[in-house]
Amino acid sequence: MPERGEARRLSETAPRRIITVMAMSGVLVMAFILLFLLREGMPILKGASITELATGRLWYPVSAPPLFGMMPLIAGSLAVTLTSSALAIPFGVALALFLTEICPKRISGFFKITLEILGFLPSVVLGFIGMVVIAPFLQVRLELLSGLNLMNASMLLGVMILPTVATLSEESLHAVPQSQRDASYALGATRCETMFKVVLPGASRGIAQAAILGLMRALGETMVVLMASGGAALLPQSVFDPVRPLTSAIAAEMGETSVGSAHYHALFFMGCILLLFTLALNMLVIKIESRGEAD
Amino acid sequence: MSQAKLTIESLSLSYSKGTSPALRDVTLGIEENSLMAFIGPSGCGKSTFLRCLNRMNDFVRGVEITGRVLLDGKDIYAPDVDVTSLRRRVGMVFQRPNPFPFSIRENVAYGPKLLGERDRGKLGEVVERSLRNSGLWEEVKDRLDAQASSLSGGQQQRLCIARAIAVEPEVLLMDEPTSALDPMATARIEELARELKKFYTVAIVTHNMQQAARVSDHTAFFLMGELVEHGPTTKIFTTPSDRRTEDYITGRFG
Ligand SMILES: Nc1ncnc2c1ncn2[C@@H]1O[C@H](COP(=O)(O)OP(=O)(O)OP(=O)(O)O)[C@@H](O)[C@H]1O
Ligand SMILES: [Mg+2]
Repeated sequence: MPERGEARRLSETAPRRIITVMAMSGVLVMAFILLFLLREGMPILKGASITELATGRLWYPVSAPPLFGMMPLIAGSLAVTLTSSALAIPFGVALALFLTEICPKRISGFFKITLEILGFLPSVVLGFIGMVVIAPFLQVRLELLSGLNLMNASMLLGVMILPTVATLSEESLHAVPQSQRDASYALGATRCETMFKVVLPGASRGIAQAAILGLMRALGETMVVLMASGGAALLPQSVFDPVRPLTSAIAAEMGETSVGSAHYHALFFMGCILLLFTLALNMLVIKIESRGEAD
Repeated sequence: MSQAKLTIESLSLSYSKGTSPALRDVTLGIEENSLMAFIGPSGCGKSTFLRCLNRMNDFVRGVEITGRVLLDGKDIYAPDVDVTSLRRRVGMVFQRPNPFPFSIRENVAYGPKLLGERDRGKLGEVVERSLRNSGLWEEVKDRLDAQASSLSGGQQQRLCIARAIAVEPEVLLMDEPTSALDPMATARIEELARELKKFYTVAIVTHNMQQAARVSDHTAFFLMGELVEHGPTTKIFTTPSDRRTEDYITGRFG
């Protein structure tokens, strides 16, 4: 019966086609975003060279003539990312070790739920805490001009990326086979020795990936830095200086520029820079993954 | 009968209160520089018994152990015993090869390093000697820095044996060391086990009756947590005194 054969062929190929179309449209959207970003960002290079933009220290986009030195903004982004990671990664890994190797199962379940809730916390709520709790505290205790600064934003970002780092690290620690722990104990290793010499090295690749994903989240986060970093486009000299990361500059200024102006293009160009950083970190994750498969 | 290296006196173990004990009143001696095989149907407590001898059961929550295990006449369950140094004296090889995700060299050097050996030359010697004694040296001497996971299953198991003997234990416990291996690799491990008993006291759990008959000097038969019978391997396999032993080794059950 040719009709049934036809129907069958259709039921075979249709799902495959639908899936292919859906996957392709995902790729297309990505490509479109990328193209759009480049199209809107590149025109800034007509007025200034890449080195001028990247090394210029003055960000006065609305002065006459406008100055588009992005170095303070790039430095601000890198500073909050690195400071928050320096706070969150050791804590996250230690927490993961505690959850898998030290505390009893019943308690670790409770901790994990708490971590998950922390991960769901809207960033605007964190930003709010930064403004009304941490900022006054820092200002009074350290006698600063303003409590809205690099440290404040980094602490909040640290809290934000902690669940990511801890959960992913915990997963990779958990994936270290019990049989390897047993082998270590059977050789007379203590719990601590086993933890640091077998479990941690065994999970190091996953932990590195967790750390990089944490970095990526910190780099891209906007609301918290917008609210708590102080917003000054200056090269930070200390962790208590206010900064203006790329994300917060884009978010704060995009609404006030006219479409097609130099400032508008500069902001898109900054978007490209962010994308480049994220891409580089992504490549790193992939590289770590593929190195894992090699051995 | 020569001096017993290990003497087990009325050893009983239950994993949790209320359940039937996994070991009941086991009394047994293991001679120095001999090889004793432990046989019995699945779940009869062979692994449990072996793990009592290096206190690996300590990790199980709620486990209750009574009786005594004497190593050179000293009770390893006495309160003043340092469990980590006990485990160095009583090494263990597991059912499935479980190398660390390190290089071949680092796997073998792990134990000596724990003991504080830092000298590269000395570590190199230990690595070579252990790998020679586990019969793996010729196969890996040119790639000591390769990942242990790049070895075949049989090679990995011999690596695990090398790792266990690198700390020069006095007793070597092997829990079904060949159950994940093919016949060729199994034959190599058996040969090795016979070799090892010259230097160590070896206890081996096996499901393979021929293996027990081939390699061991003594055999002990367990059934539902009880030690039914033990004695010289030839006697157990030719003229067992218990009906249940005979049934088991002739394959009538188990
Ligand atoms: N960690 C544990 N917790 C609770 N019960 C256990 C534990 N380990 C083993 N048992 C139980 O103790 C009994 C003996 O188990 P054991 O692993 O010693 O048997 P075995 O003789 O080694 O079996 P096999 O030949 O299948 O390896 C079994 O009934 C098993 O279910
Ligand atoms: Mg077993």
